[in-house]
Amino acid sequence: MSQLWDFSGGIHPAEHKQISTGRPIQASGIPRQLMLPLQQHIGEPAEPIVKVGDRVLKGQKIADISHGMGVPVHAPTSGIIEGIGDYPVPHPSGMTDACIVLTPDGQDEWCKLYPISDYRKLDRNQVLEIIQSGGISGMGGAGFPTNIKLKPPRDRKIDTLILNGAECEPYITADDMTMRERADDVVAGLKVMAWVLRPERCVIGIEDNKPEAATALLEACQGTNIEITVIPTKYPSGGEKQLIEILTGKEVPSGGIPADIGVMCQNIGTAIAVGQVVFQGTPLISRTVTVTGDAVQNPGNFDVLLGTPVDYLLEQAGVQPDQINRLVLGGPMMGYTLTTTAVPVIKTSNCIIAATADELPEPPPEQACIRCGQCAEVCPMELLPQQLFWHAKATEFEKAEHLNLFDCIECGACSYVCPSSIPLVQYYRYAKGEIRVQRAEQLKADRARERFEARQERLDREQQEKDLRRKERANAAAQAQAKKKAEAQSASANGEAMNERAARSALVEQALARKKASTEAAKAQSGALAETAQEKPDIGTLEKQLAQTQAKLESMQTMLEEAKAQQADNVEKLERAVSKNYDRVKRAESALADARKTLATAPQSTE
Amino acid sequence: MAFVQQSSPHAHNARPTSKVMLWVMLAALPGLLVQTLFFGWGNLINVVWCIAIAMASEAGILKLRGKPVTFILKDNTAAVTGLLLGLSLPQFVPFWVSAVAVVSAIVIAKQLYGGLGSNPFNPAMVGYALVLISFPVAMTTNWAEPALLWNSAPGFGNTLAAIASGQQTAVDGWTMATPLDEYKHKIATHTAAEVLVHPTFGNGFAKGWEWVNAAFLLGGLVLIGLRIITWHIPVAVLGALITMSLAFGSNADQYAPLSLHLLAGGTMLGAFFIATDPVSAATSHQGKLIYGAGIGVLIYLIRSWGNYPDAVAFSVLLMNFAAPFIDHYTPPRTYGHHKARRGLPGRGRS
Repeated sequence: MSQLWDFSGGIHPAEHKQISTGRPIQASGIPRQLMLPLQQHIGEPAEPIVKVGDRVLKGQKIADISHGMGVPVHAPTSGIIEGIGDYPVPHPSGMTDACIVLTPDGQDEWCKLYPISDYRKLDRNQVLEIIQSGGISGMGGAGFPTNIKLKPPRDRKIDTLILNGAECEPYITADDMTMRERADDVVAGLKVMAWVLRPERCVIGIEDNKPEAATALLEACQGTNIEITVIPTKYPSGGEKQLIEILTGKEVPSGGIPADIGVMCQNIGTAIAVGQVVFQGTPLISRTVTVTGDAVQNPGNFDVLLGTPVDYLLEQAGVQPDQINRLVLGGPMMGYTLTTTAVPVIKTSNCIIAATADELPEPPPEQACIRCGQCAEVCPMELLPQQLFWHAKATEFEKAEHLNLFDCIECGACSYVCPSSIPLVQYYRYAKGEIRVQRAEQLKADRARERFEARQERLDREQQEKDLRRKERANAAAQAQAKKKAEAQSASANGEAMNERAARSALVEQALARKKASTEAAKAQSGALAETAQEKPDIGTLEKQLAQTQAKLESMQTMLEEAKAQQADNVEKLERAVSKNYDRVKRAESALADARKTLATAPQSTE
Repeated sequence: MAFVQQSSPHAHNARPTSKVMLWVMLAALPGLLVQTLFFGWGNLINVVWCIAIAMASEAGILKLRGKPVTFILKDNTAAVTGLLLGLSLPQFVPFWVSAVAVVSAIVIAKQLYGGLGSNPFNPAMVGYALVLISFPVAMTTNWAEPALLWNSAPGFGNTLAAIASGQQTAVDGWTMATPLDEYKHKIATHTAAEVLVHPTFGNGFAKGWEWVNAAFLLGGLVLIGLRIITWHIPVAVLGALITMSLAFGSNADQYAPLSLHLLAGGTMLGAFFIATDPVSAATSHQGKLIYGAGIGVLIYLIRSWGNYPDAVAFSVLLMNFAAPFIDHYTPPRTYGHHKARRGLPGRGRS
């Protein structure tokens, strides 16, 4: 027995497993109609490759993947393609999705199969192709295409391959019964996967509440180095991260995948499917489903064709329709309620619980959180559910994210124990959804901003280029002009000098012309004045002017003599004034003399 | 067919809050029983009176707040607050003092902060601290003399009459200083041997109080066994108190000995029933240890160097202040992470 580790938290819910382990797995038979969703896996939906009205054979590919990640869909039995369209599919929202509707013809006629006698002779990629074309995706819940999972990123070496036989959810016994009844097939499929991955260690983990399964597998594994490890029963030991911790003591890094630490988990049903497609050539067309709950009279496990409607399956188990209060697809901890029994069984459907009202009663009304911490005690991820709830309720998503909201695996242990009956997981789903929406919007906004900034940058750049070109053009023009000038200068330095002189002389001539015109006008005027003066010589006025200037001269002379006597500063000024006045007196005397002369000579001529 | 639509998980197995509170009350019963045996009817009368006032005031304030009265009353949390106050108040405290304590605990400390789950402070301790500061005489002189119920304790009728009279000080012969009070005030001027002759110590211990504390310890262990509380807070409170006493109080002629710290006063009631109130305490394991240790240290500091002989209420309230801060810095390391994300968002991301 190899060493086991424990994961923190966990709960021990009532198992209710014995309800459905009482009898062997039964074939549920062929229903009247099969509804095959084109997307039963994670990735791109398959595209139909058949037409309405086509007859298809059992195992024939009816929808395939043309691009992207995904796996094809096969006809679970022979029959006629009745239609292709939207029908209800298993989903928490109760939505419809594209399905191929197949009406079985009851002949169950196989198409040609190509079993591989010795897969070891093939290339590993060929085996992966076979697995892909067999339509195999993980049958534990998520539905990740198995061929892609079996080829981890190149730098990741798988040391430990784990086959998850924990089946920790209450009620579900599909894997348990499969391991009990088909241990050899499980081991055969596991060997194929191990051959692809070449791990150092290969281990099947089984909870200790399934001793029959462990015994069967021990027997089937004799002579191999596959370990059968029985682990303590504790929910959620079958959670991938928890099982890895139990078996290896390692933790999957937050946000990473198990391959990051060299570990891979595969599901029991997936191992069976891989074995079948390789050794018998049969694609994935059926799976084991537990039908249980108090509302069915014959609970048990059924080998169910994919696409079988839930109501048909419930009939097989002896349902009492009026007893069903809640119809759960999956387990009571992580499964979701169905709105209708019309949905089909798909590759990931492992359990249908037709529960009565007493069995899964409505929880009492939600009360206030008293932070009792029961949730934190049971959380397998070591979160603080009480704080996450507080922040989710207050829409403080940043704080919730800070407390590692996205590490929550939604196992439901916290809600299971909450004394205040708070639907904690629902709060976390809400918070996660809101954060995803916000992130998407943020991304959109970032892209829009980037686009806007890029555009702005481009416009700026174009403007700058424009400006630059304009400047260049201006420069070029200026240079051309300067060049022209320079050329002109150098070509005719003398010529220009002559030009200049000519221009100057022209200006001078203009000035002279203006001067001449004005002097002539002045002459004409003064001539007119002289005529007037000659006509009316005013002797009296002139005598008066003379007397005045003489008086002024005399007073000035006195002032000058006084100033000279007093040695004053203004002597020079006064002397100049005296001489001026002396001139004036002289001019007045001569003017008077002129006037008397004209008066003496002119009167005869004018009269 | 219309099926029930519900989000997972579909299975539940919770012990409802009302049952949790009921268990807390049941676990406190041994303590109440021993209190009654050693100190008479006072505590029992106080408990009944306080629970009645608590339920009435909770109903009244819920009606005022427009909340569903019976639905919330049925969670039993008001009754627990009343019970805790009834257990901690002096035996002969006047009825109106306890009423003030209970009403302020329920109406102010609990409901005005938003009701159950939203109160930052321990309601019972808010009420206790309020009356301790407001009515110091009534809160210090009304401690019953240790007297066996079947022997010399005042009768039920007399006790009820004393409480109902509303007098701040009860009959002199019925009351006696508590061991912590007596020791604190005498040790400054006396030796330990001289102090311990006082009848409140009985045979050198805390007469009656040691059994009361033992009973609360027993009840607390039951709560841990039932997983209603975790061991972290009580262990941290007692551990810190012991550490402080050994480090600073080894000289019995100066400080009260460790035995008194543990077995006199409200130590066990505080460590197992009061400090463990999850609403106002730190929430992660590490946080609870720090929170509890803080209470233990404060109890010792206030008892030894503060003005009050006992200090559970103040210590709890002071650490209530610190609880949100402690929570920010003590989240557990989540699976798949190298270390815990301490502090506030945007800082110290791992």
